[in-house]
Amino acid sequence: MASDSVPISGAIGLPKEAGSTWSETLHEWVITVDHKKLGLMYIGSALLFLVIGGIEAAIMRIQLAVPHAHFVSPEVFNRMFTMHGTTMIFFVAMTVLFGFGIYLVPLMIGTRDMAFPRLNAWGFWMSFFGGLLLYFSFIGGDGLYGAGSAPDVGWWAYAPLTSTAFSKGHSTDYWTIALLVAGFGTVATGVNLVTTIITMRCPGMTPGKMPLLAWMYLVMAGMLLFTITPLTAAQLMLMVDRYLGGHFFDTQAGGSAVIWMHFFWIFGHPEVYVLIIPAFAFISEIVPVFSRKPIFGYPIMVAATVAIGFVSMSVWAHHMFTVGMASYSNAFFVLTTMVVGIPTGIKIFNWLGTMWGGKIRYAVPMMFALGFLFQFLGAGLTGIMLGAAPFDWQLSGSYFVVAHFHYVIVGGILFSVFGAFYYWYPKMTGRMLNETLGKWHFWLFLIGFHLTFDTMHIPGILGMPRRIYTYEPGRGWELWNLIVSIGAIFQTVAILCFVVNLIWSYFRGRPAGNDPWDAWTLEWAVPSPPPAYNFAVIPEVRSRRPLWDAKHPEDPDWKYE
Amino acid sequence: MRVACGSSMKLRHLPQLAGAWLSIARCFAQSAARNSTSTSIFAPDSTPADAVFGLSIFVLVVTGVIFAIVFGLLLYAAIKFRRRANDDRREPLQIYGSDQLELAWTVIPVLIVIVLFMTSARVIHSVQDARRPPQSMEVTVIGHQFWWEYRYPQYGFVTANELHVPVSNPAHPMPTFLELRSADTDHSFWLPRLAGKTDLIPNHPNSTWIDPHETGLYLGQCAQYCGTQHAKMLLRAYVDSPADFDRWVRAQQQAPGDDTPLSPEAAEGRRVFNNTACINCHAIAGTAADGRFGPDLTHLMSRETIASGISLNTGETLRRWVQNPAAIKPGALMPAMNLTDKELDEVTAYLLTLH
Amino acid sequence: MSPIPANMPAQAPWILPSRGRVGMFCLIAAEAAIFTIFIVAYIFYLGKSVTGPTPRQVLEVPIFNTICLLSSSLTIHLAERALERGQIVPFRVLWFVTFALGAIFLGGTGLEWHRLIYTRGLTISTNLFGTTYYSLVGLHAFHVIVGLLGLGLVLALALASKLKQEHAARVGVFALYWHFVDAVWVVVFTVVYIIGR
Repeated sequence: MASDSVPISGAIGLPKEAGSTWSETLHEWVITVDHKKLGLMYIGSALLFLVIGGIEAAIMRIQLAVPHAHFVSPEVFNRMFTMHGTTMIFFVAMTVLFGFGIYLVPLMIGTRDMAFPRLNAWGFWMSFFGGLLLYFSFIGGDGLYGAGSAPDVGWWAYAPLTSTAFSKGHSTDYWTIALLVAGFGTVATGVNLVTTIITMRCPGMTPGKMPLLAWMYLVMAGMLLFTITPLTAAQLMLMVDRYLGGHFFDTQAGGSAVIWMHFFWIFGHPEVYVLIIPAFAFISEIVPVFSRKPIFGYPIMVAATVAIGFVSMSVWAHHMFTVGMASYSNAFFVLTTMVVGIPTGIKIFNWLGTMWGGKIRYAVPMMFALGFLFQFLGAGLTGIMLGAAPFDWQLSGSYFVVAHFHYVIVGGILFSVFGAFYYWYPKMTGRMLNETLGKWHFWLFLIGFHLTFDTMHIPGILGMPRRIYTYEPGRGWELWNLIVSIGAIFQTVAILCFVVNLIWSYFRGRPAGNDPWDAWTLEWAVPSPPPAYNFAVIPEVRSRRPLWDAKHPEDPDWKYE
Repeated sequence: MRVACGSSMKLRHLPQLAGAWLSIARCFAQSAARNSTSTSIFAPDSTPADAVFGLSIFVLVVTGVIFAIVFGLLLYAAIKFRRRANDDRREPLQIYGSDQLELAWTVIPVLIVIVLFMTSARVIHSVQDARRPPQSMEVTVIGHQFWWEYRYPQYGFVTANELHVPVSNPAHPMPTFLELRSADTDHSFWLPRLAGKTDLIPNHPNSTWIDPHETGLYLGQCAQYCGTQHAKMLLRAYVDSPADFDRWVRAQQQAPGDDTPLSPEAAEGRRVFNNTACINCHAIAGTAADGRFGPDLTHLMSRETIASGISLNTGETLRRWVQNPAAIKPGALMPAMNLTDKELDEVTAYLLTLH
Repeated sequence: MSPIPANMPAQAPWILPSRGRVGMFCLIAAEAAIFTIFIVAYIFYLGKSVTGPTPRQVLEVPIFNTICLLSSSLTIHLAERALERGQIVPFRVLWFVTFALGAIFLGGTGLEWHRLIYTRGLTISTNLFGTTYYSLVGLHAFHVIVGLLGLGLVLALALASKLKQEHAARVGVFALYWHFVDAVWVVVFTVVYIIGR
């Protein structure tokens, strides 16, 4: 997608001759600082890594479909789960959410680009190169005696497994440096998003009149500044240990393995809120439009999101309930974990309140949004279970946790992202995605998701730990693992439908026009796709739904807000 | 309240009826799970696991009720407020919010959180801060890449991979307190039916305790990724009657010595063992072998399995293991010693004498 | 095209914070988080070294260096004021002094490290103290180097008469970074040389 030329109408700038060569187009995309192109590049790279990460998952599920399988060796399996996790979190989830954010935020706040366009480009390329570096490890990681190849220390890279004593060769270094590089890009994007939202809103758009998506990206980007940086610091420390003979995590020299866990999870937990908050943002834009009502309780949605931003920084050690912290420490983190569930959970009520009394239209974006609502409910509740520390002493490190977080990330975030694709693809390309293929995508993925991840809770309850390349027969795990693996087949076919849809619709989709969904935020005021300058005239707004005001001059929002 | 299954459980927050139901449910789970290879967390057989189970059921009920209510509301809204085919396309009433509703659905979750926190905190305290009674067993567990070392400081011997503990009944409680340490990377000790898991972290000693109510074999495995063969670091805990346990302890306390009379083949095997690098990693009490990097082999043949639970302990598997550990457990840290066939037969014969 | 009605009531001019300042504050926040983790590690590992020299045995309090660095915050502030008033020559002088003070600080740190390594035998791999000390102070010194590069660039532009009064705001944004570097040093100094010894 990155090398196709996007049809632009009324563009200011160098006139485009009808027959641009592919190299000219490629050059244009490589040097671009336009937030829309960069957004699409983020999304495109995320799709690429999604496919790769999915292959890694498929390999694992084939190996685990039956006990004592020999599909892959233990070494390969351990690389698979490490790379799958690292790829999906850093190079799929983060990048696709950045892509949508960078594309949409300037349009939704009525401005022409991000605050720092060149920094925007730098952030993307750092992220992309980080991903390439991570995957180069498959080729370049082989050290002496075959030690090396891709990282195999798990995506949390616990010490002292990552020390040079236990991780010979360079595979851990690829993990560390690739994420360091990508991390710098991530911080740059955080700086850019915060600055854009604070300093570039169009006239009349006070913070209380921004679309919820803008608020949520503001919180997410603000969190990024404090979330990625602990990981950066810990990785720098790991580099000091591995290259300069340092002892940060060297237990033989009095160092602490537990402090790596603290640093990692001080990053790791807020990170998952960094991922879920943009997913909330998409839902908060889609559900109102397809229910034909404004979002229920905009101020509380903002307050809850900000609260999550702060409280989520205090819950991290619920990933460490089994490491032997004192009882009062465990109890503290139980409390904060439960508390952060409150602003998270009440959002479901707000979306429910938005649907209530509406006229819900089940186009594909709304189908995915509805899937999100049910599934995020389940995911949040299994999170509450895990937050009860003694229950967690049994469930932690088992397939119950794996099921829980996939429920959040796939059942929640990915469904929301799919909804966002179907909702904003028309704006980005000027064409509608095919509705029939979209429904196939939805239903196949729904079936596959539930087959896999509902079932996956059971082996966890039956005592199956995670990160094992095979398991013992006779513990009652076999049937469930087989069902989990079968669900993966449905999901794979669904993703194929999706990719086919993306490509086919680009050439043959129904022309979308400016506002195919009869929506209310500023991005629907401009052509699809938008011209390079976004708005011919910078708009002035008076309410949260400027297009509602324009379409209903007799009953504008600013009378009621 | 006591139930026929011989176990007791205190439930402070549920009415008696729910308590009876729970105990019955547990009876079912236990009888299904007993004498089987179950590792279900819902078949607890020890006080810490019982306490966790009780809390788990409570949490499941609370979250289950929340799920049912919200799921029902979502389903209702999704169906009731669909746009009809004969819709007049007028926008519905635009509602922006409701302070009372939002207050209500914030206050109720806060109350639920308080309750869940209090019940969790109580169980945390009861399990983690349990006072060690004067009569208790002590075992030091040392996690290695990819096997378990067990030391019994009260009895002065070391064994590996198969844990023996005495059964504990409420009349004569005999809990086992386990000190958890690691020789290399992070591991985690998880016997789901006996207790929640606790990690073994180098330079960070931990402790946990179990008081199994029934004799039998309990299974588990390492639950913190520790390297290539993390999946094969299996746990086997034998809960013995007091008499059986005493017998086992006494047997473990014997030391064969270097001059025990052996058959010619086994004697030759002992010579090979003592003169090859075997003694650098392995220990056999009373002999020159006193290495601590590998499992203690003094009473190797008293164990049912080798390689941390993955193979039955027979002459044939022993021979295959010594010939090439990587053929059975690729990534295990024991190297193949490149012994000749004759030497392998001899060493195996020697190992088979280590009862 | 603009479907947004322009018949809005008269309102105050639409003024939002400056991009540069907000961006720099964000960067400072992120950097502060990184430093916090290193400081936490330093404090956590105090007294935990198994072998090797302790802070009290080998550390000498760098009073002179600190005075230089903290004074450079004053001189850069005065330089900003001068540029705002269009006084280019005082600006050049004050900016140069800032640069020199920062360079003295850096050189002093280098000298101290030389003494620690070659005379006192403390390296990054000696023990936990060595690891955490060199990492923390080194991270700060790295930020001083970046600051000096920025200072040098602005100085070069000023000497080439390319810097004008209208650039005062941008120079002010950079000065925020330099103030941050100084503030971090206050914390590092307190933790390493006062609390930790």
